[in-house]
Amino acid sequence: MKQQGAAAHHVEGVTKGRDGGGRQRAAWGFLAPALALIGVFFFVPVVAALLLSFTDFDLYALADRGVLRVIGLANYHQLLTNPDFLGALRNTLFYGLIGGPLSVAVSLGAALLVNARLAPFRGFFRTVYFAPYVTTLVAAAVIWRFMLHTRYGLVNHGLGALGIGPVDWLGDARWALPAIVLMSIWKSFGYNMVIFVAGLQTIPEELYEAASLDGAKGWTRFRHVTLPMLGPTLGFVSVITLINYFQLFAEPYVMTQGGPLRSTTSLVLLMYEEGFRWWRMGVAAAVAVVLFALVLAGTLLQRRLMREDA
Amino acid sequence: MLSLSLMPTGEANAFPPRLLPTRVTFEHYRTLFTRMDMWRYVANSAFLASTVTLISVLLNGMAGYAFAKLRFRGRDGLYRALAGALVIPGQVTMLPLFLMVKQLGLVNTWAGAMIPWLASIFGIFLVRQYAFSIPEDLIDAARVDGASEWRIFRSIVVPVIRPILLTLAVFTFMGAWNDFLWPLIVLSNDQRYTLPVALANLSLEHVQDTELMMAGAVLTVLPVLVLFLAMQRYYMDGITAGSVK
Repeated sequence: MKQQGAAAHHVEGVTKGRDGGGRQRAAWGFLAPALALIGVFFFVPVVAALLLSFTDFDLYALADRGVLRVIGLANYHQLLTNPDFLGALRNTLFYGLIGGPLSVAVSLGAALLVNARLAPFRGFFRTVYFAPYVTTLVAAAVIWRFMLHTRYGLVNHGLGALGIGPVDWLGDARWALPAIVLMSIWKSFGYNMVIFVAGLQTIPEELYEAASLDGAKGWTRFRHVTLPMLGPTLGFVSVITLINYFQLFAEPYVMTQGGPLRSTTSLVLLMYEEGFRWWRMGVAAAVAVVLFALVLAGTLLQRRLMREDA
Repeated sequence: MLSLSLMPTGEANAFPPRLLPTRVTFEHYRTLFTRMDMWRYVANSAFLASTVTLISVLLNGMAGYAFAKLRFRGRDGLYRALAGALVIPGQVTMLPLFLMVKQLGLVNTWAGAMIPWLASIFGIFLVRQYAFSIPEDLIDAARVDGASEWRIFRSIVVPVIRPILLTLAVFTFMGAWNDFLWPLIVLSNDQRYTLPVALANLSLEHVQDTELMMAGAVLTVLPVLVLFLAMQRYYMDGITAGSVK
């Protein structure tokens, strides 16, 4: 209801202007609602998160702002000596730096396959591979928890057929993290694959013909034609994937609750627990800032690499 | 193995035996709806996602068009600032956002649950890219005819950029439907839970009841999957927009 009111008001403002100044006003009329929302509910919280991370905001401050104190870098200092945080940081780096590239590789491989051999069925495969991506994460986690079940799960069933004994995927601190990465790759590679297929289709056929005249095939062809031509797409996909994997939350939350022995806790999960379970908002905000720094570093690094490549 | 997609999986796992049901039964679905009050969560999710979609497509559409086609002071600087902010992960805002929503008295309300989705930089970006293709003559002609800017937007711009608006709508709907972290934070009362939150709760309470969980998972996934299949053409265009030169 409120939204409609705002829109009606906005129409009036626009109708008045026919001259240049009016058009200027019209432009702001079109922008104002979206920008106001983004400003208030995105930019302000971002700044607030930074400020919050320098305070000891907790359950008591939630009840009475008076007890709130600015404590400088104490939260960060505390994080550095907190094994939970260091573990979560390590896990998050694992998700991003191992899971991310693996996911990109799998989706690139799938895209090459779909693009080359299965051309007539492209639509079909696109759908099948893409279905996991549109699946609600929580539902996917539920399904995978079953698939990874030690006794009844399909994964161990398949491994058993190969003569490999049952692995307690989610109950063993060594395997839980790789298991969640496995699931995340399954979940996300369809999206990247679609982008890669689109990228592959922009590569002119003549380049491949020229390459085969030069005697290039297979791997050489891929390395010298496909990869360079796919450069910008690959860069884009890598950044997006890295960022997404740094932000893993629902997978460990539903699959393992961050366990066993906190071996799967990600930074976002830690932030959620600190902030909304223990109400240590200051500490949680510091975790959020670290997450942001990580994402930013990943993006900058990626851009740098891309520029040197080109 | 990886292509074990959702539909067969959900169906196959919805029943006790490992791969195929020996006997088809709908009792788990019945349980979900009768004992677990699933209708409420389906309705909640549907209401939340569609309202959010309508509002955000309108607002992002307007802003994206303005950025692409209207001239105003500070446009490029403003746009650069927005584009730069794309690298900030949404989770960073969650804590202060919760405090703000709490201050506004919107915890456990629909408005509170919708807030992060109502406008998005990515949406504006998407519309802007597409809106560049609107022929300038078309807009000018309408201006000469004395149409108001709002009228131009509604009767000329919107039809032309319809494909991208639909794409954005599908994106937003799926995002809002599948979102987990924010509803988990802001909705404290299970009367208002969305499907993913309800399912997660259910799965943590009924770990052993695999069949029931699978039925719940199917229920959560099915609407989005149907939407995805119906809108695939638009969705795919949107995904590749801007990522491939």
